[in-house]
Amino acid sequence: MTDDVDRNRRHFLTVATAVTGGAGIALAAIPFLSSLKPSARAQALGAPVEVPIGSLEPGEMIRVEWRGRLVFVLRRSKEMLERLDQTKEMDLLRDPDSAVVEQQPQFAVNGYRSIKPEFLVLEGSCTHLGCAPLPQFQVGPSDDWFGGFFCPCHGSKFDLAGRVYKGVPAPTNLRVPPYRFIRDDVIMIGAETGAA
Amino acid sequence: MARIESEIGTPKGGFMKWIDDRFPFTETLKAHATEYYASKNFNIWYIFGVLATVVLVIQLLTGIFLTMNYKPSAAEAFASVEYIMRDVEWGWLIRYMHSTGASFFFIVVYLHMFRAMLYGSYKKPRELIWIIGMLIFFVLMAEAFAGYLLPWGQMSYWGAQVIISLFGAIPFVGETLVEYIRGDYSISDITLNRFFALHVIALPLALVALVFVHIVALHHVGSNNPDGIEIKNHKGPDGIPLDGVAFHPYHTSKDLVYIIAFLMIFSFVMFFAPEMGGYFLEHANFEPANTMATPEHIAPVWYFTPFYAILRAVPNKLWGAILMAAAVLLPLFLPWLDRSRVKSIRYRGWIYKTALAVFAVSFLVLGWLGVQPAEGVYVMMARIFSVLYFGFFLLMPYYTAIDKTKPVPDRVVYHA
Repeated sequence: MTDDVDRNRRHFLTVATAVTGGAGIALAAIPFLSSLKPSARAQALGAPVEVPIGSLEPGEMIRVEWRGRLVFVLRRSKEMLERLDQTKEMDLLRDPDSAVVEQQPQFAVNGYRSIKPEFLVLEGSCTHLGCAPLPQFQVGPSDDWFGGFFCPCHGSKFDLAGRVYKGVPAPTNLRVPPYRFIRDDVIMIGAETGAA
Repeated sequence: MARIESEIGTPKGGFMKWIDDRFPFTETLKAHATEYYASKNFNIWYIFGVLATVVLVIQLLTGIFLTMNYKPSAAEAFASVEYIMRDVEWGWLIRYMHSTGASFFFIVVYLHMFRAMLYGSYKKPRELIWIIGMLIFFVLMAEAFAGYLLPWGQMSYWGAQVIISLFGAIPFVGETLVEYIRGDYSISDITLNRFFALHVIALPLALVALVFVHIVALHHVGSNNPDGIEIKNHKGPDGIPLDGVAFHPYHTSKDLVYIIAFLMIFSFVMFFAPEMGGYFLEHANFEPANTMATPEHIAPVWYFTPFYAILRAVPNKLWGAILMAAAVLLPLFLPWLDRSRVKSIRYRGWIYKTALAVFAVSFLVLGWLGVQPAEGVYVMMARIFSVLYFGFFLLMPYYTAIDKTKPVPDRVVYHA
């Protein structure tokens, strides 16, 4: 009876079955892969947070948590703001003009990387491998240090606007999260627009 | 397989016959133990495969008992480990067995891999055994990494932060991939929970399955030996390799002595130095995870430090990650990088001997550098030894081809 075998038909059926089965497996993988994404609760917990900043003295910094991440809010003094020009003029920075778009919202593409010059809001996560950089605001002892953030893990350096130094492993500036001023003394981290 | 057919077919009675008619019990036992012939000139380097299996069993057993008291949630994990250490009867012992076992697993596996490089065990016809072995190594690394997050200490948290961030270096898909791994916008309770699932179910299953396949492939081809010659080429009239002795009882009884010696060393570490000066259990991990502050000095557990040193030697995030991945993956290609006509170091020339020594030293020095701060002379040293590490693999096709080899004997010999 082997003579009666229609090989073309058999081949077609084999391929059709394999393709259908493969498509089924691919579709069945979707719920499993999707379940790995941040859940509804994780997203809800990632909601914006309000931070009162009225009591911050010039030169003082607070740490807040948003989406489980560390966020620095620093009120820079006049003198600190002046030091920002020095890091740029001495050509110490890799991206002095915040050209890498993902690292800050559009409003922070300026010399201060902030909405109001004195208030700096930064994610406290080194762009190298995610360690929390340490604030070291005093000038020196080396003559190229004008205060900023230093990552203890792999030695990345950032200035007082979170701009990355050249020759360190971190590739980009510290990220500025989306935020806005609700009032003069309250900011909301996590959203550029919308009600409080 | 030098099985004697007549024996298998002989009529038996009783219980064993009833079993064998339904399940190939006696046949399997013969094929893999009493009539599996391995070379009679095995030296101490040939013990580490057996020891790796012993450690695997220790880890599975102690792991099951730890799971009974451990709580995989960010709020409770750290306290539940302390609970095991203080309140559960003998809990401290079970945990120290598991943590000491993790480090010994890597010691034994690294030596097992080095044995393959000494005697050319990865060369034809054992390429697949080597590749399956490398897969076991990769799964083992993932298993160790996932397990290290579970105590939810400072080093657990920040170590995971650093390693997961590495995936973010992959262009385009990196950030999305990191979110899929964490299941959150940062390492959180969700991440801990899924790492627990990977550590106790998914990866151990893969590990056990791969070890099974590793042994099936090995028993199909036959074990290599310190002379790197095929004992199957010289069989006696009974079809048994002249240089082979049965795995059981000959190799097993010898292995038992080694296993006891190994367990003595293991016990010594477990009872008297379970932290090993901060190398087996890092000091920073005795503090609960704090998402707001990175420990001053961050370093992975010792078995990852050679690769970590390579990562830090590169002042560029993407290239650092690529070179680190390459350092882990390169040994996979050894069967094809090695062009030598002989397998064993005994019959290789001075070039390979030197290269292998340089490789071994580089690996050890990189491991030491991985726990030093990444500054000054350490960075320069890490770069030099990274170059030597890669040189060993990438130049291998050239130097193994020109290396003068000695004639290989027909039958195995005994060296001191």
